[in-house]
Amino acid sequence: MTIDMSQFFQVFFDETEELLAEKERLLLGVDLANPGKEDLDAIFRTAHSIKGGASTFGFSDMADITHVLESLLDKIRKGEMTLKTEHVDAFLAAKDVLKMQLDGHRNGAEVDLGAVEEIRGRLALLSQNIKSGLPATGAASTPGMSAASLHSGNGKQLRKLHISLPAMPEQDLKILAAELALLGALEHIPDGSKPAVLTLLTTENTDEIISICAFMVDTDDLKISEEPVSSNTDTTQAEDDIGYGFFDSMAELGINVDQKLLPQVSEPVLNLAPNVLNNAPAQQDAKPREAEKEKNHPNHESSSIRVSIEKVDQLINLVGELVITQAMIEQRTDTLDPIAHERLLESVNQLTRNTRDLQEAVMSIRMLPMDYVFSRFPRMVRDLAGKLSKKVEFITHGASTELDKGLIERIVDPLTHLVRNSIDHGIETPDIRLASGKSETGKLSLSAGHQGGKIVIEVSDDGAGLNRTKILEKAKKQGLDIPDEISDSEVWQLIFAPGFSTAEIVTDVSGRGVGMDVVKRNITAMGGVVDIRSTKGSGTAITISLPLTLAILDGMSIKVGDEIYILPLNFVVESLQPVPDDIKEISGQGRVVRVRGEYLPLISLYQIFAITPRFTNPAQGIIVILETDGQKVGLLIDELIGQQQIVVKNLESNYRKVNGISGATILGDGGVSLILDVSALIASRQTSDAELICS
Amino acid sequence: MSKTILAVDDSSSLRQMVAFSLKAAGYQVIEAVDGRDGLDKAKNQTVDLVLTDQNMPRMDGLALIKALREIQSYQRVPILMLTTESSDEMKAQGRAAGANGWLVKPFDPQRLIEVVKKVIG
Repeated sequence: MTIDMSQFFQVFFDETEELLAEKERLLLGVDLANPGKEDLDAIFRTAHSIKGGASTFGFSDMADITHVLESLLDKIRKGEMTLKTEHVDAFLAAKDVLKMQLDGHRNGAEVDLGAVEEIRGRLALLSQNIKSGLPATGAASTPGMSAASLHSGNGKQLRKLHISLPAMPEQDLKILAAELALLGALEHIPDGSKPAVLTLLTTENTDEIISICAFMVDTDDLKISEEPVSSNTDTTQAEDDIGYGFFDSMAELGINVDQKLLPQVSEPVLNLAPNVLNNAPAQQDAKPREAEKEKNHPNHESSSIRVSIEKVDQLINLVGELVITQAMIEQRTDTLDPIAHERLLESVNQLTRNTRDLQEAVMSIRMLPMDYVFSRFPRMVRDLAGKLSKKVEFITHGASTELDKGLIERIVDPLTHLVRNSIDHGIETPDIRLASGKSETGKLSLSAGHQGGKIVIEVSDDGAGLNRTKILEKAKKQGLDIPDEISDSEVWQLIFAPGFSTAEIVTDVSGRGVGMDVVKRNITAMGGVVDIRSTKGSGTAITISLPLTLAILDGMSIKVGDEIYILPLNFVVESLQPVPDDIKEISGQGRVVRVRGEYLPLISLYQIFAITPRFTNPAQGIIVILETDGQKVGLLIDELIGQQQIVVKNLESNYRKVNGISGATILGDGGVSLILDVSALIASRQTSDAELICS
Repeated sequence: MSKTILAVDDSSSLRQMVAFSLKAAGYQVIEAVDGRDGLDKAKNQTVDLVLTDQNMPRMDGLALIKALREIQSYQRVPILMLTTESSDEMKAQGRAAGANGWLVKPFDPQRLIEVVKKVIG
């Protein structure tokens, strides 16, 4: 009976992917000063499990890396070596390489073999520092080949060489040892006072070693002798052939097993490193290719299915149409006599509820947890903080909050930018923090949660805060028009101006000028709003509010003249009918309306769209207060019709871009209504009054 | 009636491979994700053979073997370790814990079935 191993590949890929993510999470969370035994064990176990699977299923390249990784981790968890930053760095880099190899097997993605060799050498060098006492930093940065040579799969014979050196200064001996370590695993480095013997496991030939030593010692004083490598001894070979064995206790159970298989385990002679890698079934090397052919093996058990996003979107579109039809029915039955048509109206109500449930269920297919975005930050924060010599504690909240897939993908870039900014410009270096009475470790927090019908994502830090003076200076230098009295929140909004950066030093991290304006533009395009709160010396918080989805929005239908428009409900603060005294004319600025002591600019919708309204006098019509980016305006309309969920139809793809309009929707009666672009309406106030923004 | 094997491994791919192979060879298989899960499942039902990985969270293979040997009904059930460590030290530890034999990872399905057949037929 033959069993096709490729049927387990998919499970192995998924499992490895999870293990790698788990490994990264554990590594980022590990306390270097006092690493917990359980954490170290768990990190070890991730490497160990990947190795086990990779060797079983024939992915020898991954087994190879995890083998080196595992041995180093084993030394650390056993306390033979202290965990240092360079270990964590190397482990993270190894994780990246393993992920690359995994993607290679899984999707046929390209694998950078140079990076594989680099990390293998780096891990092997770190393994040797246990005895060499060499500074780990130096070793870590050397692109080594040592472990590569350890792996006898390259066709060369692995040999153990004893290199006898004459007495030499300790410094020279260390340099020489570091050079030799590049050729293989260096086992023993004594101090340099007396003649020393180094033991090197290598596949390099003796001439190569002599030529390296010739830089430091007289070759006449050099003796090199060879010892056969223990793992190739006959006993282990025999054992490898069998791969299993029974203790004599088996006989006691009344089970007759071949007595030849009973091992001699009573005297542990040598603690041989298990040469598992050589044991990996060579005949399976060809199997990864098969994996590509059989990516979705039918036997693969799973509680989820993969569906193309097009199919989901088609479903959403159809449900959208259904919502419209349902609204149409609801509207048409509205005029019927409730007593005569009781049963029909009941059914229509039922239909309404079902439609809404169906719509929510379908929308939820596209929802992904924010963790999809958040999970990429711990690593980035660590790398950046390291690069900038800052100490940053990174916290996330609400990673399970769900957001539409389309939005989640578009939020990645803006969030990345904000997180970078926080580390680069917000959080101070440890000495500055200490000097200003803060703990030397800065706090950076990323949170997500629902607020009303919106999702609110916040990036906050306890860094230096925004500098009002500097922003104003820079804004003036850039020729921005700055009013004399300007509130903090208006000053903060200035950093969203194109090309604005107050960074004194343009680092390779951030501060190149393309920045906050792009962030703002991206978020506005998603129907979102950015808000900044900042206190000098104690930090900055940037809040992004996004609609849950782009396809459906809660709208308020309003009427001006014969036209019906939709206002997205999230911009609407309130609506009111003002008394004549509250309307004032200010020369040069048009009309304003007083709402609880605050004067708000008044925009007349009929002027903007050049329609004939029922009322031109604000005191007769209705004023809807709209808010965006911390700015409020009053919008004069004729009448409010009602609130409803609407399916957004893109105007650009069906007609063309129209200023002041963000989209269209189909009403219950089949008519088309335009959705007002509130940000553009408010912006229009700043250009010379409501100068026809529609073309 | 076909014989039942308890397969304990924290790696789901290896567990699936072991279970699939053994089922294909006509055995019944109970899967457990770590030592503690294995112990719980072993307590619920007596099995004819236990195959356990060594390195697992919560309870490792050696601890599981020791715990099983404490249970009256498991004193004479064959237990095999599936381990990447084939060192003599590991074998001695396994033997002391009460294992009856070992199978070195990686192994292929044929090898596994061959070994299992030797033990429980």
